[in-house]
Amino acid sequence: MIMEHRISLRETLAYGAIGLAVFFTVWSALVLSGVVPHTFLPLPTEIIGRFITLLTHTFAGATLPQHLLASLGRYLEGFLLAAAVGVPLGLLMGWFRWLDDILSPIFDGLRFIAPIAWVPFAALWFGTGFGGPIMIIFAGAFPPCLINAHRGARFVSPSLIEAASMLGTGHLRMIYEVLLPASLPSIVAGLRVSAGLGWQSLVGAELIVAANGIGYMMVQGQANVQTSTVMAGMMSIGLVGFGMDRLLRLAELTIGRRLGQPT
Amino acid sequence: MGFYLRMRRAMVALSTLSALVVAWFVLTTVTGLISSGRFPDPFATWAAMRQLVSPGYAGSTLVVHVVHSLTLVLGGFMLASTLGVSLGLLMGWSRKAEAFINPIFLLLRPIPPLAWIPLAILWLGLGDAAKIMVIVIAAFVPNVINTSTGVRTIEKTVFEASQMLGTPRWRFVGEVLIPASLPAIFTGLRLSLQAAWTTLVAAELVGALAGIGLVLNVAQQDIYPAMILSAMFVVGVLGWLMTLLLGFVERRALAWRTA
Repeated sequence: MIMEHRISLRETLAYGAIGLAVFFTVWSALVLSGVVPHTFLPLPTEIIGRFITLLTHTFAGATLPQHLLASLGRYLEGFLLAAAVGVPLGLLMGWFRWLDDILSPIFDGLRFIAPIAWVPFAALWFGTGFGGPIMIIFAGAFPPCLINAHRGARFVSPSLIEAASMLGTGHLRMIYEVLLPASLPSIVAGLRVSAGLGWQSLVGAELIVAANGIGYMMVQGQANVQTSTVMAGMMSIGLVGFGMDRLLRLAELTIGRRLGQPT
Repeated sequence: MGFYLRMRRAMVALSTLSALVVAWFVLTTVTGLISSGRFPDPFATWAAMRQLVSPGYAGSTLVVHVVHSLTLVLGGFMLASTLGVSLGLLMGWSRKAEAFINPIFLLLRPIPPLAWIPLAILWLGLGDAAKIMVIVIAAFVPNVINTSTGVRTIEKTVFEASQMLGTPRWRFVGEVLIPASLPAIFTGLRLSLQAAWTTLVAAELVGALAGIGLVLNVAQQDIYPAMILSAMFVVGVLGWLMTLLLGFVERRALAWRTA
């Protein structure tokens, strides 16, 4: 037999459970047998224990929820700014050909600079507290917003545009009432990608600059050789990132269904 | 796209970029609207670039930094791709393997590659091993996802045909499974390469002994805007060159598609 057939849901769950069991058993065995030094790799339960401790105890100047709140504040501002600039600009570029011609070469050039490479200028221009990290998040989250809005606007069915222009629709109304709704599924898909990239850029920014936030907490954990703190930080970053992705996925599905576009 | 349209776009692109350079010159050198402490003028940037090439900056010359970063990123990328594509093929091929591995994957995937940097430093220090570790983590995931999706989208008739013809398993993998999922594999490779590059620059910014990220880091600490801009320029050019190279390999590998 060359290809395996589908397996039942029960089998899938069983294999999954075995997989997870093996993963955590090997991990624990490595630690308990002393193959991996305990300071380097804590037990899974110790990480969860550390996570719970950090919920109420201060580390690196704040508790874990406070660090997360600081990160989320930066993140939301950077992300919203990226969406607020990227989506309208993308739509405008999709409608006005000349704007596309002028701006595309610039964005094409900037595309290859990793968002994190903006860190030195971000720190120089906006400081390391709030503005600098926001700029890094913006640099990470902006391209998908722009690209997807642009692409969405480009692929709007020509008959819609013709119908609207026959009715004498002006530029602004055309963008707002035809292009925006028609490209909404693409825009939301872009927002989901940028949410992920922005979150990742935030972590990077906080590792390098910033004096609070989840990334800063991890750097401090690293400096103090507290592996459990670092891994509890990774766990929180994963949880928050996962939650946001689910939320935007939900929005994506809802909007896709409402507009009746097969995706 | 027609010839005329392509020419027009190229002309507009060229004039945009020239206008940008002129604006840069006017805003910094001529009028001084942007102070040199915030953004360097073209001459200072040129001077910093020359200094970076020779005698060097942040411990070594540009060539040494670039070779260091490129070796790490390409080495890590290849290692991650070999592992990731193999695992992706396995997961696409065997539902059992997928069911077994997927939960572990789902558990680790939401953690962005950059969040592994402190752990990598804790485990392996500031040297190359830590960089390889984070690059592999960053480049691994897109490979697995795209490869397994690629295998899943192969048409059933292809499998049935090779089964009917009694193709041995090893020939099936080499001659059917891999070629048929190659377009998806390349999508994964492109995403991985980008992730690997971003992650390496970040890891070098956090702490390194050599590399282009270290140049950025030292330039930031020295508050040397011209060097920051030069290093960013190098980051961009290297990213562009690597993408170009991969595109070239992809066209060669997928030549049968257009033929």
